[in-house]
Amino acid sequence: MLLPSPGEATWIAVAKLDDIPVRAARVLHTETHRIALFRTSNDEIFALEDRCPHRNGPLSEGLVHGDQVTCPLHQMVFELRSGQAVYPDEGCVKRFAVALRDDTVWLDTTAQPAPAVATACRV
Amino acid sequence: MKEQLLLIGNGPAGMRCVEEVLKRAPTRYQITVFGAERHAPYNRILLSPVLAEEKAPSAITTHDDAWFEERGVTHYKGTRIVAVDRHAKIVTSADGRRFPYDRLILATGSRPFMLPLPNQDLPGIYGFRDLDDVAALADEAQYAEHAVVIGGGLLGLEAAAGLRRRGLAVTVVHLCDTLMEQQLDAQAGAMLRSVLEQRGIQFEMEARTCAYVKDEPSGRVAAIQLAHGRRIRCDLVVVAVGIRPVIDLAKTATLDHGRGIRVDDHMRTSDPAVYAVGECAEHRGRCYGLVAPLFEMATACAAHLTASPTQTPAGYAGSLVSARLKVSGVDLFSTGRVQPEADDEVISLTDATLGVYKKLIINNHRIVGVLLYGDAFDAAWYFAKFAAGESIESIRDQLIFGASFVDGGADVAGGAVAALPDDAEICGCNGVCKGAILNSIATKGLTDLAGVRAHTKASASCGGCTPLVEQLLASALGPQAAPPRKTHTVCGCSDHDHAAVRAFIRENAGLTINQVMAALQWRNAEGCAKCRPALNYYLLCAAPADYVDDGDARFVNERVHANIQKDGTFSVVPRMFGGMTSADQLRAIADVVDKFAIPAVKVTGGQRIDLLGVQKADLPDVWADLNAAGMVSGHAYGKAVRTVKTCVGAEWCRFGVGDSTALGIRLEEELWGSWTPHKVKLAVSGCPRNCAEATIKDIGVIAVESGWEIHIGGNGGTKVRVTELLTKVKSADEASLIVRAFLQLYREDAYYGERTAAWLERVGLAHAKSQVIEDAAERDRLAARFDKAQVRAHEDPWSRDAGLPAKQPQRFTDLKAPVPFPV
Repeated sequence: MLLPSPGEATWIAVAKLDDIPVRAARVLHTETHRIALFRTSNDEIFALEDRCPHRNGPLSEGLVHGDQVTCPLHQMVFELRSGQAVYPDEGCVKRFAVALRDDTVWLDTTAQPAPAVATACRV
Repeated sequence: MKEQLLLIGNGPAGMRCVEEVLKRAPTRYQITVFGAERHAPYNRILLSPVLAEEKAPSAITTHDDAWFEERGVTHYKGTRIVAVDRHAKIVTSADGRRFPYDRLILATGSRPFMLPLPNQDLPGIYGFRDLDDVAALADEAQYAEHAVVIGGGLLGLEAAAGLRRRGLAVTVVHLCDTLMEQQLDAQAGAMLRSVLEQRGIQFEMEARTCAYVKDEPSGRVAAIQLAHGRRIRCDLVVVAVGIRPVIDLAKTATLDHGRGIRVDDHMRTSDPAVYAVGECAEHRGRCYGLVAPLFEMATACAAHLTASPTQTPAGYAGSLVSARLKVSGVDLFSTGRVQPEADDEVISLTDATLGVYKKLIINNHRIVGVLLYGDAFDAAWYFAKFAAGESIESIRDQLIFGASFVDGGADVAGGAVAALPDDAEICGCNGVCKGAILNSIATKGLTDLAGVRAHTKASASCGGCTPLVEQLLASALGPQAAPPRKTHTVCGCSDHDHAAVRAFIRENAGLTINQVMAALQWRNAEGCAKCRPALNYYLLCAAPADYVDDGDARFVNERVHANIQKDGTFSVVPRMFGGMTSADQLRAIADVVDKFAIPAVKVTGGQRIDLLGVQKADLPDVWADLNAAGMVSGHAYGKAVRTVKTCVGAEWCRFGVGDSTALGIRLEEELWGSWTPHKVKLAVSGCPRNCAEATIKDIGVIAVESGWEIHIGGNGGTKVRVTELLTKVKSADEASLIVRAFLQLYREDAYYGERTAAWLERVGLAHAKSQVIEDAAERDRLAARFDKAQVRAHEDPWSRDAGLPAKQPQRFTDLKAPVPFPV
């Protein structure tokens, strides 16, 4: 796992923690991606591309439960941490590294490397 | 440093093993897979349909490059391993590369046995084993005219049928006097032969091939020479006389072997670091060539590979095998004994005209052999009894007639769906046919409904086909199939059913969703997208005045009061009470459409106007404008009271006997905004001609000369259900009272996600009548509770003061990306 190091060139401050509703998401548009920033009930922040690999559904509109989100279109479930679909669903979503520093949400705009587990995710 | 797990052979058995290891211990091993073939792993069982041009070669791929990449598994295709150094724990590939291992799995499969005959190396002679064989045969089939298939077993007949479909003249040469003699008796063999003969396949029975004859100018095979003297001319030969386990590697590595590589119940060879699975393995003296045992071996192997040092998994105890012929249009199933032995009894049934033959071999009241020809409808049912060793004594007199006869057709594995052809559509919502479901079950190793839903989407939408999918699972998996659902658990997060959860909520006031989940020991602290909305509804229904609705437990549509569309935009439906509108409302709607450049405007089936393609950011302003014109939310998105549809009724219609529009408007004004277990649609018709189609609504009111009929429990969706008559009343006041009481009974009684139709089928019309009609006091209490709940439900969700935009404006806007953006 890449250790977040806000301040480096590719890291940008994108929001204050309270900009993102609890157990919900806000969307950040970049030139190349729609990134959904999720906030769980214990104030962890995760960033996934806002596009379900099944039919391009906006994950940011999904129900957040624990550290998972359910796509609003056809109910695919994804782990926010890994971007991986939860069994029996299949597929994965691009992830971006995020870090919370003093109520500021930082995002690494470079793509995340595959996580160090066998259920790796292409970025 | 992770342990290195190497797999030699990427066929179904080996790949299943890898899947099972990943499923059990995703991070334990660094896995590397070697395949000698140049293709991605594919489903070898489906080679016959590829040869018959019923499937494309690409359609039988089971694991593509992305699969390996996503799981961090290294895959070397086209890489043959030629040596295993067990001492150094290193394998060497044909091109000299060396790979160390901690554990090694041999899944080298088998190869066709090629008859050692004169001229056996002539061009034009093929085995039938892999995709390259099939590609070569398909190629040859373009020019060849006459093919000979040596071997009248399962594989030979599938090859023959495939080549015949490609237009070749085909002769099958078989050593025995019965086709598929391992699986069929003489009678079934003869029936099969006659069907295949009708398709133009010729047979030479009891014929031994003794040489191949060379065509002089071309140097190719020109004929086969039979031992009794005849020659059969041909320009293509397929040899399918059996398979031999591929054990060369194991032999040179001096692993114990007989016919195959000897393994114990955990699929370990004589070297504990080396496992063998699939057709190359010999377990308790037996080699298998059918797919189900291979998968069982793979599971046992993976269980051992991933067990902790203190665990000993159950292991593999051998398999009961059954065979089905994959030639389209021939329905054939066989398992166990083919011929009766000394003490066996036989029950059989023959109908030559229908081409049906069934034979059951019984010993000591137990099925020991099943042969079904022409009607393998009950294959799974018989197999289950055979595998379980179940006594059939009590049903012996009916046994041969099958499951539907014995069990009266209810809840039978196999069931009616077994008789359907592969291209029969099972799931109408997602357009999934039987073949696709069976294919997914086989290739993805699915064992339950959730798996089928995830992979095929069958039964994932309306659920109407769920019983069929469950039957398919049962028939595909045989005795391993999980039993179909019996109770209504809320979801996978909990074993509690809806009724238990509701009872708990009724008895424990003032809880939140998370508190209920904690108290009832939910497996996931915050549940899932199924149970969170259900609990939110139950809590709201139990304490309408006090419960703080948890917006984050609501599906996006109910959260933003609009309906999410496939492209992520929303549709907005303003309420038009009773389906009546006015020039002012229409003008306001038209202005909204112009102002927000809404791309589509549609009149709905519920007599409303649907504005489609609204951007989320525009929703608050769209609502504000509609609100300003006096319109409220139509709840066309929620599990809520949707619409009251009306016909014009007595006020205008020359047939009308009741003022249906007035009653419709009144009902909708009373009911709107109510949250319900599932959507609720109403209609009011002004006469029995029923132009408002009230008899397929949740609640349908129809005017008659003497008053109003109230009908309930209709549904016009995937499964049409006509309403049942609840009662007849004289006045509109009475109609309103009964509708409110009935709706409250449904709200308090039905499971979340259960329409009135399904609910009434579960509890019965009599239950509704007893509460709403026969017990006047209870009816009044129900109606009073409904009215109490409506006080808050009538707060318009679109209003600027009470609605979401006022409370959480950030819900409708995106974050601003910094400029310049450093990418």
